[in-house]
Amino acid sequence: MEILVDAVLLTLLVVITLAILFQRNLFAVVLLAGAYSFLMASIMLVLDAVDVAMTEAAVGAGISTALFLATLYLTHGKEYLQPNFKFQSILVVVLAGGMLIWGMWDMPEFGVMQAPLHENTAPGYLDASKNHLMPPNVVTAVLADYRSFDTLGETTVIFTAGIGVLLILRGRKKPKKSKNKAENSHET
Amino acid sequence: MKHDPILELGVRLALPFIIIFALYVHFHGDYGPGGGFQAGAIIATGVIMHVLIFGLEKTQRLVPPSVVEPAIGMGVLIYIASGLPGMLFGAGFLDYSIFGNDHLHAHEWGIFAVEIGVIVTVCSTLIAIFYAFAGRAKS
Amino acid sequence: MIDFGEILLKYNAIVTVFLMVTSLYIVIAKGNMIKKLVGLSLFQTSVYLLYLSPAKIVGGTAPIIADAIMVYSNPLPHVLILTAIVVGVATLALGLALVVRIQDAYGTIEEDEIFRAEGDA
Repeated sequence: MEILVDAVLLTLLVVITLAILFQRNLFAVVLLAGAYSFLMASIMLVLDAVDVAMTEAAVGAGISTALFLATLYLTHGKEYLQPNFKFQSILVVVLAGGMLIWGMWDMPEFGVMQAPLHENTAPGYLDASKNHLMPPNVVTAVLADYRSFDTLGETTVIFTAGIGVLLILRGRKKPKKSKNKAENSHET
Repeated sequence: MKHDPILELGVRLALPFIIIFALYVHFHGDYGPGGGFQAGAIIATGVIMHVLIFGLEKTQRLVPPSVVEPAIGMGVLIYIASGLPGMLFGAGFLDYSIFGNDHLHAHEWGIFAVEIGVIVTVCSTLIAIFYAFAGRAKS
Repeated sequence: MIDFGEILLKYNAIVTVFLMVTSLYIVIAKGNMIKKLVGLSLFQTSVYLLYLSPAKIVGGTAPIIADAIMVYSNPLPHVLILTAIVVGVATLALGLALVVRIQDAYGTIEEDEIFRAEGDA
């Protein structure tokens, strides 16, 4: 039953991807990308990744869509020109797809408990929580405790990206576009 | 933008619940799905919704950029600071065992401290990014 | 003839590869910068699917410990992808900011028009 729900949602995902590929109105593309994110969040829910699903629904469907729409507004997003058909890109994509299929052919079957992935590290984390040594939500425990150095790195990446956006969009403004943030531009 | 009383009332009613839900997601993260990343994103979504309906100026009066932008760095500093007590008491950076006698409670306090750093960074970064885009759209 | 059970078990991998290939094509072949960034975020999302599909155990449940439940899905890929999503949106915002600056500098976000302007200069 789980597999069937999963398959239906994945098929819808394929349809939306094809729509994004062939759609030329950028506004529609951005909204389709938001729908794609919501579908992906549902699939993550079926795949038991509840924390990830919640993040994807808030970030992928909410904030990314808002940022895309803001950029569309700033760039006067119109329908773009028909790009000429590129044979090389088809070739590259087909080659990459072939290699991916070749590489993924020997992967363990979907949802099997005996896969090597489930037998090495994960049981230790699960047992610590089962024995009341760690909080019940294993994902939080791994994220903020066992691998807190990784999370420190991720937080720093977010910090860096945020500072980068502020510098790109605000630093060195043209003098004619003076507005409420003019005092920040003196620093650069 | 044109004033729409229904949308404005809707946002006004929904916003407190969004923020309370985000805080629930944050503080209940040990026992259910959630944590700092999700809660930060949810709060940022609420603020962005407020910008979309009420305009940038009204939102910046509620959540001023002079608070949001220093908070980006503050979050990382809170994260690093939560690792320092471990070093001071001879346990190592980000070692939570000194936060309590019981293993479970010590680690829960450590996770709590770290998650506060995460929520502050994620929430303020996303809000600041959207402010930067929206501020540019206005000029 | 065709074994539908077999296809259903490999369906996650097949769809993952299809999404990756399609979004790679969008990134390579389309000229518009915003469309390229949409393709890039689709590619990123397909990588999430690549990580999360093997973590699922059929009959298992989400990795939040409760007394009545014995089988849990693997929590480790969830942690990796959780941070990847938030970092992904931060880098996406960086790319969009660059697109805004390109629009300011060239007056267009079409790749071929930018190349033409560069060639003339």
